[in-house]
Amino acid sequence: MMKQFLTLLMALAIWAGPLSAQSTGPLRIEIDEGVIEPLPYAVPDFVSENGAGAEFGRNLARVIAADLSGTGLFRELPQEAFISQITSFASPVQFADWKAINAQALITGSVSVDAQGKLVVRFRVYDVFAGQELGQGQQLVGTQEGWRRMAHKIADQVYSRITGEGGYFDSRVVFVSETGPKDQRAKRLAIMDYDGANLKYLTDSSAIVLAPRFSPTGDRILYTSYETGEPRIYVLDIASVGRRVLESQAGTMSFAPRFGPDGQTVVYSQSQGGNTDLFAMNIGTGASNRLTSAPSIETAPSFSPDGSQIVFESDRSGTPQLYIMPASGGEPRRISFGQGRYGTPVWSPRGDLVAFTKQSKGRFHIGVMRTDGSEERLLTASFLDEGPTWAPNGRVIMFTRETQGAAGKASLYSVDISGRNLKPVMTDSGASDPAWSPLQN
Amino acid sequence: MTYLSKTIILCAGLALTACTNADRFGGAGADGAGGAGSGAYAEGSAQDPRSPLYFQQTVGDRVLFVVDQSTLSPEAQTTLDGQAQWLMANPEFNATIEGHADEQGTREYNVALGARRSNSVQEYLVSRGVAANRLKVVSFGKERPIEICSEEACYAKNRRAVTVVSVVPVS
Repeated sequence: MMKQFLTLLMALAIWAGPLSAQSTGPLRIEIDEGVIEPLPYAVPDFVSENGAGAEFGRNLARVIAADLSGTGLFRELPQEAFISQITSFASPVQFADWKAINAQALITGSVSVDAQGKLVVRFRVYDVFAGQELGQGQQLVGTQEGWRRMAHKIADQVYSRITGEGGYFDSRVVFVSETGPKDQRAKRLAIMDYDGANLKYLTDSSAIVLAPRFSPTGDRILYTSYETGEPRIYVLDIASVGRRVLESQAGTMSFAPRFGPDGQTVVYSQSQGGNTDLFAMNIGTGASNRLTSAPSIETAPSFSPDGSQIVFESDRSGTPQLYIMPASGGEPRRISFGQGRYGTPVWSPRGDLVAFTKQSKGRFHIGVMRTDGSEERLLTASFLDEGPTWAPNGRVIMFTRETQGAAGKASLYSVDISGRNLKPVMTDSGASDPAWSPLQN
Repeated sequence: MTYLSKTIILCAGLALTACTNADRFGGAGADGAGGAGSGAYAEGSAQDPRSPLYFQQTVGDRVLFVVDQSTLSPEAQTTLDGQAQWLMANPEFNATIEGHADEQGTREYNVALGARRSNSVQEYLVSRGVAANRLKVVSFGKERPIEICSEEACYAKNRRAVTVVSVVPVS
């Protein structure tokens, strides 16, 4: 009667069994319908077995809870409220005890260490009011140092089973770490888990760096650096931290790079003779071709997820506005028509929306619109918000917020595409230009 | 040049070394050591008409722009006329023109805007006779403000193109 665990072994860090068919049971959050009341859930400490210290069980549960509650869609019930305790992962769940405290979802788990020293984590998700399991129990095997990723993978599963949407917790963010006063700001590339854990620096602060962007597989980063004195595009391998300049044509500057979905094509801005146009380069061969040739500024290009189109920013109309053109170049069509200036468009990974920066009446906003320019919605407002990046599931946007004045400081924020759940992303130093990775494997 | 006069007074009482240690991006670039050329001066000092300091402080190393624009005002053109004369009289120097923007605007757009500004200075200097191969342009966008308040008084000084001269390397 106990369901079979799906077990596979993984080569590198963490393995998670594939999802079985999605449950269509009653426990479901429809994100599009506008959640007013977060769904109450309980995640007791995972039961530590076979050589796993109790801290593993507690830490796993805490990271899962931070992920779920951090979405604003879920509300954790405090352990003091529990009537039942989960002391054995295999024992039947006393649904009445969890119903009594109005826990609609219950997540239980166990953690042990196997003969190879690997951490083995099992979990189940229950629909308490239906009195049954939601989806299947799963087992994850990984290194002990990788425990946070295992917790994020479990939280992604829970989020996904309850919302029907893809998760985004097992992901990373690359950004520009900032220190020092505004007129002498030191910048360096840094990478961290989406929740701020496991911070690593990828460059030193000897040169200004701008706007890093992930490759579609999350293993490389494009960014702009002034290490030769002028802006140039570099590609950096995250594992080795090795980097190389992509092109260094004399008399030009290049910046605002972004990968295409093939991981080979890079679209970017190049300035020559004061004019900035868009170019595409094959990162393998180094061959590049011009996509625009207008006397105006064309910058901040971003591919559609299928790679067929590019959304970008241009001031050809007199003010910066958003345009879409075929990925091979060609006649662009304007999509932004509201009051104000639009910049840094980023195509959503779901393909349905474009996120952007808008300046209007002395304020900055992060907003979204459909790819035909309709249904524009502004999600934030402040002295300076800019540079949106999408969570892998297209539901959350992270961006830079800089405060006003001589002591102005940049930091990272995230917001739902509904405009709810605006909150800071904690970093040790100042931070700007976030880029969200795809989900990790 | 009116924006220089105030800082000349401010700096006049300071030791010369403090003024020559100008910030790389011109934080103290408008410093003047008092341009009263009273005859004798140390070679390379701000009184030496062939020195980069003289170029920076007396000729004027920067021009300012209005919001989003890269067109040169009559005042800017006067400054650049002086820069062109100095560069032609001192062929052992080349120049890098650094374009900058204020913090209003996105990072990418401001890099492109700084490129426009540095280019319009380059084109003007070339039109006044400076050889194009002596001039290089670079844009810093909004990355290197010299004034840090978030008001127009500061923004106006940050929307600039600064001509930085350096000795031509011997080849």
